[in-house]
Amino acid sequence: MATKGKVTGVIANMVLLAVDGPVAQNEICYISTGGDRLMAEVIKINGAKVYVQVFESTRRLKIGEEAVFTGHMLEVSLAPGMLSKNYDGLQNDLDKMEGVFLKRGDYTNPLDEDKLWAFEPIVKAGDKVDAAAWLGKVEENNQPLKIMAPFSLEGEWTVKSIAAAGEYKITDTIAVLVNAEGEEKNINMIQKWPVRVAMSNYKEKPRPFKLLETGVRTIDTLNPIVEGGTGFIPGPFGTGKTVLQHAISKQAEADIVIIAACGERANEVVEIFTEFPELIDPHTGRKLMERTIIIANTSNMPVAAREASVYTAMTIAEYYRAMGLRVLLMADSTSRWAQALREMSNRMEELPGPDAFPMDISAIIANFYSRAGYVILNNDKAGSITFIGTVSPAGGNLKEPVTENTKKVARCFYALEQDRADKKRYPAVNPIDSYSKYIEYPEFDEYISKLINDSWLEKVNEAKTRLLRGKEIAEQINILGDDGVPVEYHVTFWKSELIDFVVLQQDAFDEIDAVTPLERQEQILNLVMDICHTKFKFENFLEVTEFFKKVINLCKQMNYSEYKSDKFNDYIAQLQELIATKKSA
Amino acid sequence: MATEAFQKIYTKITSITKATCSLKATGVGYDELATVNGKLAQVVKIMGDEVTLQVFEGTGGIPTDAEVVFMGKSPSLKVSDQLTGRFFNAYGDPIDGGPVVEGHEVEIGGPSVNPVRRKQPSELIATGIAGIDLNNTLVTGQKIPFFADPDQPYNQVMANVAMRAQTDKIILGGMGMTNDDYLYFKNLFSNAGALDRIICFMNTTEDPAVERLLIPDMALTAAEYFAVEKNQSVLVLLTDMTMYADALSIVSNRMDQIPSKDSMPGSLYSDLAKIYEKAVQFPAGGSITIIAVTTLSGGDITHAVPDNTGYITEGQLFLRRDSDIGKVIVDPFRSLSRLKQLVAGKKTRKDHPQVMNAAVRLYADAANAKTKQENGFDLTDYDRRTLSFAKDYSDKLLAIDVNLNTTEMLDVTWGLFAKYFKPEEVNIRQELVDTYWKVNA
Repeated sequence: MATKGKVTGVIANMVLLAVDGPVAQNEICYISTGGDRLMAEVIKINGAKVYVQVFESTRRLKIGEEAVFTGHMLEVSLAPGMLSKNYDGLQNDLDKMEGVFLKRGDYTNPLDEDKLWAFEPIVKAGDKVDAAAWLGKVEENNQPLKIMAPFSLEGEWTVKSIAAAGEYKITDTIAVLVNAEGEEKNINMIQKWPVRVAMSNYKEKPRPFKLLETGVRTIDTLNPIVEGGTGFIPGPFGTGKTVLQHAISKQAEADIVIIAACGERANEVVEIFTEFPELIDPHTGRKLMERTIIIANTSNMPVAAREASVYTAMTIAEYYRAMGLRVLLMADSTSRWAQALREMSNRMEELPGPDAFPMDISAIIANFYSRAGYVILNNDKAGSITFIGTVSPAGGNLKEPVTENTKKVARCFYALEQDRADKKRYPAVNPIDSYSKYIEYPEFDEYISKLINDSWLEKVNEAKTRLLRGKEIAEQINILGDDGVPVEYHVTFWKSELIDFVVLQQDAFDEIDAVTPLERQEQILNLVMDICHTKFKFENFLEVTEFFKKVINLCKQMNYSEYKSDKFNDYIAQLQELIATKKSA
Repeated sequence: MATEAFQKIYTKITSITKATCSLKATGVGYDELATVNGKLAQVVKIMGDEVTLQVFEGTGGIPTDAEVVFMGKSPSLKVSDQLTGRFFNAYGDPIDGGPVVEGHEVEIGGPSVNPVRRKQPSELIATGIAGIDLNNTLVTGQKIPFFADPDQPYNQVMANVAMRAQTDKIILGGMGMTNDDYLYFKNLFSNAGALDRIICFMNTTEDPAVERLLIPDMALTAAEYFAVEKNQSVLVLLTDMTMYADALSIVSNRMDQIPSKDSMPGSLYSDLAKIYEKAVQFPAGGSITIIAVTTLSGGDITHAVPDNTGYITEGQLFLRRDSDIGKVIVDPFRSLSRLKQLVAGKKTRKDHPQVMNAAVRLYADAANAKTKQENGFDLTDYDRRTLSFAKDYSDKLLAIDVNLNTTEMLDVTWGLFAKYFKPEEVNIRQELVDTYWKVNA
């Protein structure tokens, strides 16, 4: 008998219910009003008084209207057929909704139950399995997907029967499992999982170490992120957070990309809807959309659903990780999620923490980031969730609760800087403040030395030092004037500008420059560092400026040219000629 | 609002604050409208049988035995072609002496567009102002504010943009506008013979502040009618959104909510986003474009209102007085149109993106040279050339009195490049230099 409730109070999207039976924290209920059913989640219980946050507009909701509890928490449905779908924050399939406008209480099935999948069994009758064990496989958009034993399975079970290879719907029973007590379970391809609970169906979570190539030079070369790593991108508005995030999601070497558009502009999501079906995955040559899932809860959609959307996205990511896939999860922006928490905490009249955010904001952020990671599954295969979140600090000030608490837990920090953006030095990632903790891991050192060469990290560190030195000299020149410092200072300064212009700056809207494969990044860095190591002879600082502007121009033209094309080689030849003119003997 | 037959009248108000009053009532819906002694009010909280009403024009003079009537509907607007050319107050009642509008009644603040049904904006809005068209191109379906100090001529520039833009309807939502500015817009629209495409919802400083909260939703409900039902392109002007936010903070303060940054309610981001996200390109061809004004205090964009706005809107436009040329210009550093790449180089000539970036970069070099000059350092030949370039660039392109088409703007810029620089100083793709440099040399 399901618990029922009656509305006793309404303040915006927080509703008070008087209930007639047991309810659980975070349990889902549906409130009926004016012919609509509004989904809501329990956020506080006080005797028979239950506070719920409604995932919809509460317009015209009245005292006394009925609520029915479902007995489960907010959960997602997981099965083959989710790739290239567009969901809202509660995993409703947006494409299945009718009409141009969203309708209140319009919930759609996230899965397609009629589609047939070519199933192949992995286990055979008599095999022992536990939760998340791979029972069989299907292929979706060229991705090898696994059909797994239920994540909620407890203890060891035996496969009583498994379906033969053939075409099945996701609702068809593909296996029967039996436990020691003789209890039987019919298994189909659908899994359900509560989004606020982290999946833990893996053996161990070692430190991640494999480079995740993004094609963005300022990340891959300078501050690399790894498979299963975490990173965050804070930046004032207009510094290119979204462009950088889109670049990463287009180019990253991941099997599955999940984009959680959390409380951001709808037109940015539309850009993904429009472009991704046309764009080609640089690693597989297939359409980008085929590996992408979008969770769109834009800023004008209900606030409570926005809060849920990041959890929905993470849970879907965990599902694919359990199949041994490399998942990249991008959330734009985690600040909007934190603000949704703040709005709710405010309505519940909780005592506020810093900037009126809830007191436990740091724990909430830390818990969420910890769900990412590189894992060894129970069958010794590896899977990963790489998580990159953007942060939109109020007033561009990084000393605010969301940025500070994220900095404590994310291992890569890509600080977008207003000053660089104003100067159109894109991507506006500040090379000096930003960091990647992974570069310090011996595991990563070993990996990257094998992947590229063993002098790579040394060069990267030198480039960083030169950038810092360049900045110091720029400040001195500003104080003392061009003539106030020795000519060598100008040379050192311009060498750092060369690194900045050629390695760091990258045109995300240029067809060729937008994505740089690792091999090309290696060549660019080598080329630039060779110039940095070259001794030059100049009469005065004007010569230095003029010379390096020409060098930078040639290098930029090279970056705009197709790799290893005649034009590309021609620019390199021109560059060598130019350098020879000023090289000191 | 006349009372209809059989409506229940409550006459026992239990508590009154500056903006709200509470009473015992049953069968009331959240968000519902009511009248309190004829004054319009809206349900903002229901707790058991106690209903809290926000009285738009303030509670001054309301007695505890005031007559309260619930209207059984949320704030709404009657939409039809008759809206065209008319001036209304925040409730949608005419203030121009004309007849009441007949039409289909629509609740304001309606649902959001399903993101998968939106179309990517792709039509350029030409304004003739190079600081906008060249550097910060506007696109239909975009939302963008002017960030301006109160002394800057933002209303004039906005009016100019509105009159030049090729749109079917212009809907002006005025919030806390001075009566003088209201008359400016009214005269401008009437004199330009533009009344056949103007609709105006006006809350001046003479009206109660809380009424402003209805203005954007009124304007956008009208906009949605023309964009969805008539497939028209609609330009909505909202000025001034800072005054709107001030009204939000007044209400939240009266409701005892915990303020967050700058005394603004914690929900400011969502409140503003709900308005700005109404900007949309519909699949059937209609569109809503929003140009707003956010006034700043001493140019401070870290204040909660401009800050949250910047995260919501697709860019922002800054005005600045350039003392070198004595004109107001569109600041190329701080202004940004996020959608410009959807049209720049696609609907305009293909050299547009690179020319735009190169010019701004050179303008930045000029700013550095100027700092050097002010600090008393010697200028190089390059520094002097950038300074001359910057002056010409400001005068011929950035100034708000410019009126050119985009091809002319690009040609003027190439002309300035060739006049002051060598190709390698400009850093543009060689193919483009080959095509356009010689032409203007």
